[in-house]
Parts: sequence; structure tokens; C-alpha cells
Amino acid sequence: MIDILISAVSLGILWAIMAIGVFLTFRILDIADLSCEGVFPLGAAVAAKMISQNGDPFTACLAAIGAGVLAGLVTGILHTKLKIPILLSGILSMTALYSINLRIMGKANISLLRMETVYSKIGNLFHLSDKASTIFVGLIFAIAVIILLWWFLNTELGYSVRATGNNVYMIRAMGVDTDKMFMIGLIIGNAMIGLAGALIAQNQSYADIGMGTGTIVIGLASVIIGEVLFGKRNVFQHMVSILLGSIAYRIIISLVLEIDFKIKIAGLIIPISVEPTDLKLFTSVIVAFALSLPVIKQLSAGKKASKTAKS
Amino acid sequence: MLKVEKITKIFEPGTVSEKVALNQVDLVMNEGDFVTVIGGNGAGKSSLLNAIAGRFEVTSGSIFIDGTDLTRQPEYKRAQWIGRVFQDPMMGTAANMTIEENLSIALRRGKIRTLNWGIGKGEKEVYINHLAQLDLGLETRIKTKVGLLSGGQRQALTLLMATIKKPKLLLLDEHTAALDPSTGRKVLSLTDKLVKENRLTTLMVTHNMKDAIQYGNRIIMMDEGRIIADIPLEKKKNIQVEDLISLFEKTSRSGIANDRLLLA
Repeated sequence: MIDILISAVSLGILWAIMAIGVFLTFRILDIADLSCEGVFPLGAAVAAKMISQNGDPFTACLAAIGAGVLAGLVTGILHTKLKIPILLSGILSMTALYSINLRIMGKANISLLRMETVYSKIGNLFHLSDKASTIFVGLIFAIAVIILLWWFLNTELGYSVRATGNNVYMIRAMGVDTDKMFMIGLIIGNAMIGLAGALIAQNQSYADIGMGTGTIVIGLASVIIGEVLFGKRNVFQHMVSILLGSIAYRIIISLVLEIDFKIKIAGLIIPISVEPTDLKLFTSVIVAFALSLPVIKQLSAGKKASKTAKS
Repeated sequence: MLKVEKITKIFEPGTVSEKVALNQVDLVMNEGDFVTVIGGNGAGKSSLLNAIAGRFEVTSGSIFIDGTDLTRQPEYKRAQWIGRVFQDPMMGTAANMTIEENLSIALRRGKIRTLNWGIGKGEKEVYINHLAQLDLGLETRIKTKVGLLSGGQRQALTLLMATIKKPKLLLLDEHTAALDPSTGRKVLSLTDKLVKENRLTTLMVTHNMKDAIQYGNRIIMMDEGRIIADIPLEKKKNIQVEDLISLFEKTSRSGIANDRLLLA
């Protein structure tokens, strides 16, 4: 059980970097950028390709960030310059990236077994066990991302990006080119998602063409769970909440996977167990429920009101 | 100061829903002018402001501020000269950002945004001083998110944001119409105070003829996308609401019946 929790925590930390990338587009810019489904495996593919050819794993992470920047730039141009709605821009990037990722890897997956990764390098440097070094490296990257983003979002430029997500009319009237701000937000968000892909590929020792499926939903789940459980008083605290939300999400998932029992109904024995393949359904249900909370609250408030009105 | 030359704006030209919003409008404003714009629904008052602010490009004609041709400049570039307050109190501020963050954005209107801290040294004192002048108690709440303020407070803040860095031209688009009457009056007298103290060149659209008479030094009356009357200070001094209505009936083509102008 402790083992399960430890691995859930370390996965949660690594995936938090992806979730914070989603936070930047979904919460700060107030747009849903689906291209992360392609950018996440893009980061993984770039890093895995370089590492499998004995490249330096840190350089590989930087390259993954660069690939994310380019992908964000393309989505940004599609959305702002070519005026394609953001959902479609994201889907176009994501679909195009499928082909690009296959080109980069040259095959559907690359194994990184027994290759030098950021975890093995830092683990050797500080004499850490595999598990400890995963958490250590994950925390370094996650904290660095949070601090850098916190700084950026409190600069003049960062204020403009945040205001763009809030109210384009206001920020245009204040002399800011909102197209540029959308572009900057998409670039930074996707840079982090590319980095997350690189880190997770190294953690699981392979990159796979299908590993991006469901990333947006996992990102949203972490953002929302973090907000509900830990709040969002200011930008910094909001991001820490998402880090914790991502860990909470992994813990929930690993507990759900433990479900395995049988029930007896009218003489029939029905086994109830959750398979790993059920998780995407489970995650979607969580996110759908969380996103519909305002409506559910309104409905129940309305019912209560009408009840009291009748009585 | 402001020179508008024969601007015309046609929405959806060549279709059944073609609409001439502005029809060969000429307008010259001098430094320090406070012009009020009145007219019925669809007269082109807001279109005139939006054309100057750059919400859309005009079909023909030119717009100059201090000799600079703005006609083909995008909206965000015109912001270095123009401060604006919208009709909707939600439109002028960023709701998820704090009062001080909003003011920081306003203080940098028209400037290139850098990677310096959003709120520089000593800026907070500037905000607090300005906020204190609004007399709404906002100076003690600079870390409050703007979304938590009332419509009137937000509109007063928007007004401060439009003027904290002195604009060459202030555009007010029925900025008190969405507020309750007493809040609207407060915001309007605050407007008058800020305009006078900073000697701002101001163009204010209003539905309320009393306000148009009480404030400013010149009244412009619009109808069907044209300026149909231009009343200078000397004539404006003794004018009454009834005079404006009869003037409107005489010159207007659309007629006054059923018009919100009557509600004034």
C-alpha cells in the first residue's frame, strides 16, 4: 500500500507539470487547447529519440521544451492570425503532430530501458534510490516551473496575458495586442507540456505514439481537483493547488484500481473490479461532474427555493 | 486635437442586412472640449465612438489626433492616445485580477509591456492616492479582486483607469446607463471632476438630455448616422430639454416617437 502511494505521489508530481501547462491555457487564457494531446507525446518522442541515441537527458528535456514552443506557436498562429476557432486549431495541431511524432521516432515506440535518464543521472549524483530520485527530480522541475511561472505572471507582460484571458476588450483598450498574448500563453503552456512528456517518457522508460490520449482530461482533472480541495486565492497558491491536485488525482486513481470484490444478486455472482483501461472513463466522469458543479448547485438551489416557496 | 473627416461605416454592405451606421460624419474637437453626444437608438452615437477607438475600420473617411492619422491603426495602438469607459461596467476591468493589478495595467496604457515587475517601486502609493479621491473606500482594498466590487465601484475604477495616465482623448460610451440612478449620478459627477481637474478632451455619449445639458461645453445631436445639430457653449447655456426635443423633431428624419430619447 505504501509503495502504491509513493508511486502515486511521484507520478502526480511529474504530471503536475503537464497540468500547470493546461492551467495556463484553460484558466489563465480561458481557452481549451487540445493540442496538448499531441504536444505531450511530442516532448516524449523528441527526448526519447535523443536519449536512445545516447544523447544527454537534460539536453533532451530542453529539446522537448523547444518542440513544445514550436507547437504552441503553430496553434497560436492558426487561432490568432488565421482566425480558426481555438478548439479546431488545437485539433488540427494534435492531428498533425501524430504524423510528426511518428516521423521523429521512426516507429510507434522507443524503449529507454538501461539508458541514462535525468533520474539515473541525478540519482547517481546524490546516491538516491530509483523511487527517491524520481520524486526528487520531479519536485525540482515542478517547483522550478511554478516559481518561473509565478514570476512571469507577475510581470507587466504576465499581467497582460492574464488580463487577455479575463477581458479582451479591456486589455485592448489598454494598448495590448491580444493576439500576441494568446500566442505567448500558448507557447509557454505547450513548452511545459513538452517538458512533462520528456520527463514522463524517461520515468516509464519508453515513449509511445499513443501516450497523449486523454492528457487534456487528466490535466483538467488535476486543475479542478486542486481548486476544489486546496483553493485558488492567488496565482502562486493556485499553481501549488494544482500540484497537490495532480498528486490527489493519482492517489484517487490508484485507490480506484484496488477495487476488486464480488457481489451476489439473486444467486448471480457479479465481480466488480476496475481495470487500468477503465481509467479514462473514470477520469472523464470526474471532470464532467466537476465542470457541471455550478449547474448542479443552481438546480438544487432552485429546487430548494421552489420548495420553500410552496410551503 | 481630434479631427474626424467624412467617416462612413456600412455594416454588411451589399446584403439585405446592410446598415449605414455612420454617414459622412465630420467632427472637430479642440483641446479641452467636453462634448456630449445625444440621439435615439441606432443614431450612430456608439458607432462614432467605436470608429474613433478602432473597434472597427471605417468604410471611408479619416480620423486624426493631433495630426496623426489613426484611420488604419488597430484598436490596441490607438490606446496610447485614447482612454475609454464602456457602457457595461464588466467590460472595463479584469475581474479575476486585483484592483492594484488592474491599475498597473492602466498606468501602462499604450506602453510596451516588459518583464519588469507588474507593480513597480512606489506605485502602490500612487494607486492609493488616486483611489482615495474616488471616495469609495477602495484605497484600503487594493488587493481585492475587481470581480467582487459592485457595478458602480467597477465603473468608478474604470474611469480612474482610463484617466490615471492622461489620455489625449477620453471616450465615454453611456458609461452610467447600466447603473442605478443614484450611483449613475455619483459616477457622472466624478467624471466631471476628473475631466475638469485634468483638463481632459472628452466625448461622452448619453441617453439623458439633462445630463447632456448639465455637463460639457458643447452638445452634438445625431440621427441616422449623421450629426444633425452642433450646439456650442453660448447656445447651450440657456437651452432646456424641451428645446432639444423640438430641435430634434425639426431636424430628425427618423422622428421621435417611441424613442428612448423621450425617457430622458
